[in-house]
Amino acid sequence: MSPVYIARVKEVAARSIGGEMMIMSARDSMLFSLNETATAIWQAADGATPLAEIVQRSVCARFEVDAATALRDAEELVEGLAQHGILKVSNLPIEETP
Amino acid sequence: MSALIQEMSDKAQRLGIPLGVQFDLTYRCNERCVHCYLDHDDRDEMTTAEIKDLLEQMAEAGVFFLTFSGGEIMMRRDFFAIVEHARRLSFCVKLKTNAVMIHRSEADRIQALALDSVQISVYSHRAEVHDTITRLPGSLKRTIEAVRLLVERGVKVVFANVLMRDNFADYSGVQALAAEVGAEFTIDPTITPKIDGNRSILGLNIDRAQLQQVLRDPSLLGASPEEFCALPDGPPAPQDAQLMLPCSASHTFCYVSPYGDVCPCVQFPLLAGNVRTTRFLDIWHHSPQMKEVRSITLSDLPVCSSCAHGGGTCSRCPGLAYMEGDMRGPSHQDCEKTFVRTGVAPTGWRVRCEAHPVDETGADPQPPPAQDPGPIASSPPVNGC
Ligand code: SF4
Ligand code: SF4
Repeated sequence: MSPVYIARVKEVAARSIGGEMMIMSARDSMLFSLNETATAIWQAADGATPLAEIVQRSVCARFEVDAATALRDAEELVEGLAQHGILKVSNLPIEETP
Repeated sequence: MSALIQEMSDKAQRLGIPLGVQFDLTYRCNERCVHCYLDHDDRDEMTTAEIKDLLEQMAEAGVFFLTFSGGEIMMRRDFFAIVEHARRLSFCVKLKTNAVMIHRSEADRIQALALDSVQISVYSHRAEVHDTITRLPGSLKRTIEAVRLLVERGVKVVFANVLMRDNFADYSGVQALAAEVGAEFTIDPTITPKIDGNRSILGLNIDRAQLQQVLRDPSLLGASPEEFCALPDGPPAPQDAQLMLPCSASHTFCYVSPYGDVCPCVQFPLLAGNVRTTRFLDIWHHSPQMKEVRSITLSDLPVCSSCAHGGGTCSRCPGLAYMEGDMRGPSHQDCEKTFVRTGVAPTGWRVRCEAHPVDETGADPQPPPAQDPGPIASSPPVNGC
């Protein structure tokens, strides 16, 4: 299976409020709230690190969850965030646009 | 307010986070609106570097909603550098502007900034009325051209229609113009004192009959008519009053002036500190003024806690009360609005009538007889809190 890369979309506003990431999409002013694990994934979404590695490093190591379950949950999460236009997902590394 | 925003706001309050800030970048302006509460001289505005540093402090403090206002924000040559920096720091940014300096290239740059919204002041759909208020010939034409450029680019534009006696007749025209150009529409029926406390502009306020018309106009009403219709339940129970906070000022919101002064709100000019000498978060957490405002609950308001509207039908502004001389007192302008909405005379009126037999707002200082409020519905979308 080819690796999945994720990158935060720039057209959002985001702030961590007490460990929870609040994200507002500029496209439709929709507000999202990410729990701690989702926040860890969001913060690590640099477009260069494969999702599996992010999950291993930022989720499994910190939250003591089983790798296969964590990856499945992460894939679902990134798909949802991508559908709302706040995360880019690709099978190739994602270049940062200036 | 959405449930998630409410939740975020409650959490920020529990954690002592300043979730929202209004930051006036300049008091300079290219218009000279008759009702403006500012003085337009530059009295040593913060530099670009100072502002960038402050924005970094705010991001670290947890500020999420950031409104840039003025004066006219685009009078600053570094305006785009500032807003671009704010967006790099991931703030949810709203601009308040008269838009007359927005042409094609500025509209392109604003579009690229992915802002929450741009609020634009429009006083009338008729140039002769709008331009008389702004005292800038041609301003309506330029403003509306800018609105079209922004809307074409998918930027959310909100018209802010401040109502005065001289433009009262035109609010439906402004509303129709907003619909035609694809902008949202808000109306604000309150002219407030100048930021230095000067009350000379209060005479521009619409009169009671006009206020009544606005507050009962079905085309301006929101989604919950029952709530707006509701007669007051009477004063709140003492144990509830101890938990009821006047508003978000000093709890999750504050104001910063172009000179770095920090206050609970733009409409609550109680100086709490200056970011040129003290870090933003230190002012927020430790200034005696912020702490004092934060300590006040409804039970500390002797008049409002005994008023029939104190339990919720009145959205009293503590800043207006402060400008009337007592941050724990009633706000006469809110007493007036609450009476007009509900027909039930507020306690604050009686107290004020005893103290001020002459009313500089032009409103009848005597409490009119209580009347049946009739079929009125929810509050129009006024600016503010
Ligand atoms: S109620 Fe008044 S002081 Fe409070 S946030 Fe609103 S405008 Fe500011
Ligand atoms: S109506 Fe007046 S007295 Fe009553 S709660 Fe509001 S501001 Fe206070």
